Amino acid sequence: MALRILSRKTATPSISGSLGSGHFRGLQTFSLPDLPYDYGALEPFINAEIMLLHHQKHHQAYITNYNKALEQLHYAINKGHASTVSKLQSAIKFNGGGHINHSIFWNNLAPIHEGGGEPPKGSLGWAIDSQFGSLEALIQRVNAEGAALQGSGWVWLALDKELKKLSVETTANQDPLVTKGSALVPLLGIDVWEHAYYLQYKNVRPDYLKNIWKVINWKYGGEIFAKEAGVVESR
Amino acid sequence: MASSIALSPSTVPGQNQLLRSSFHGSALPPSAISLTPNKQVHHVSKTCLKITAKFDLKPPPYPLDALEPHMSRSTLEYHWGKHHRAYVDNLNRQIEGTELDELSLEDIILKTYNKGDLLPQFNNAAQIWNHDFLWESIKPGGGGKPTGELLELIERDFDSFEKFLEEFKSAAATQFGSGWAWLAYKDNTIGHPRPSEKDRKLVILKSPNAVNPLVWDYAPLLTIDVWEHAYYLDFQNRRPDYISTFISNLISWEAADLRLQKAKVEAAEKAKEKVKKKTEDSDTDSSSSESDSDSE
Ligand SMILES: [Fe+2]
Repeated sequence: MALRILSRKTATPSISGSLGSGHFRGLQTFSLPDLPYDYGALEPFINAEIMLLHHQKHHQAYITNYNKALEQLHYAINKGHASTVSKLQSAIKFNGGGHINHSIFWNNLAPIHEGGGEPPKGSLGWAIDSQFGSLEALIQRVNAEGAALQGSGWVWLALDKELKKLSVETTANQDPLVTKGSALVPLLGIDVWEHAYYLQYKNVRPDYLKNIWKVINWKYGGEIFAKEAGVVESR
Repeated sequence: MASSIALSPSTVPGQNQLLRSSFHGSALPPSAISLTPNKQVHHVSKTCLKITAKFDLKPPPYPLDALEPHMSRSTLEYHWGKHHRAYVDNLNRQIEGTELDELSLEDIILKTYNKGDLLPQFNNAAQIWNHDFLWESIKPGGGGKPTGELLELIERDFDSFEKFLEEFKSAAATQFGSGWAWLAYKDNTIGHPRPSEKDRKLVILKSPNAVNPLVWDYAPLLTIDVWEHAYYLDFQNRRPDYISTFISNLISWEAADLRLQKAKVEAAEKAKEKVKKKTEDSDTDSSSSESDSDSE
């Protein structure tokens, strides 16, 4: 199957570099970040067709529409068109959020041979155990909230960097986690839009949620946790 | 200039007694009406004499492959056979033994909408209604153009049929996330001191997730489901292609026309009731002068 073969293989982008950006007529524009693994690399848990459409079509569309809305915003501000400026807010929030969320999502996943599914180590693993009882308990909690979310959205493992506390949050549509609290940092985000699983799991979202843990890249969330919570990793 | 209104759950609806009891899925030609009302089974347990009722999954008024190639059998099997069914099963489970158990589907929707602060049963109840309404909004060999009064109203309120299509497509394409787009009829003349024809008009609406125009007292004429499950098996990410195909090949303008006639009759009945009530009120208020009774 042709889909299995291709996505340009690159090193995992750094956190700040993951929101690929460039400049366009003096205006910052965004571009699709590479997937840090092949489209088929998460099989059999998430199939190649889903990954390809999700990355090349859905994520790309958020970026295209985000750039378009930003350009219109730029123009409207220059012309002093106040009503256009406010009308553009929902498109900017939705498409900008779509870009941010998906950029995080790709980094939250990894093929098994690259550590996907390996339980979190170090301070994050410890914090999960102490706050949720166990990793298994956290997983149950995320799965329950993800399954109960109405319509489209995301379920998150969040770090409140001021309170230094973990929590499970959900956001609707493409609202980024920060809409739930300015101190919240996403460690793990799981896309529960139907496009994230429909071709493989159809109406059975709970099965998608159950399986995705086998390819979760805890290293990514662990690094952010260590940095944002200001803990010193002991080795 | 026609307007496209984004419905948000924070808008406070005026509740319409007529819509509560009688709007559900019957504005259709006899051939398309399923004779079983949605809530028809009353199980009477002999031992405790407690009456409980449950909602049934109503089948589309055509075979599951009848909409091919525009909407596949497989889509119908999942969309009706799994999603729609799950809403029915879940609502039945949620209302069993509660005060909602005795209510009609419309009443449950209006009650659990709870002025935009949704109660847990709302999504399942409204999604049952929305899908029943959806299956009857489309038909094999649909599409084309409306005729008669509906066409006249569309041309009056949207300038032209083409302009209407453009706005309807745009509403469906820009419902960010899961939801619905609607063509609806709104009669604003009731209780109006000097009603004019302009206060009866067609509007395009979009609504998130399970929300539908009943909660704002609009009479829906047509809908398109833009949850991804409605089109993902046939069109994947190409929502605009799904919308175009739906409009060109599936929409039942006949159903929309009958729903419009029904909405008008109901609005007229409601207006009559209002007048009657007013007269009764002023009759009992015998001491007041005639001119006073006009100005409430
Ligand atoms: Fe997504």
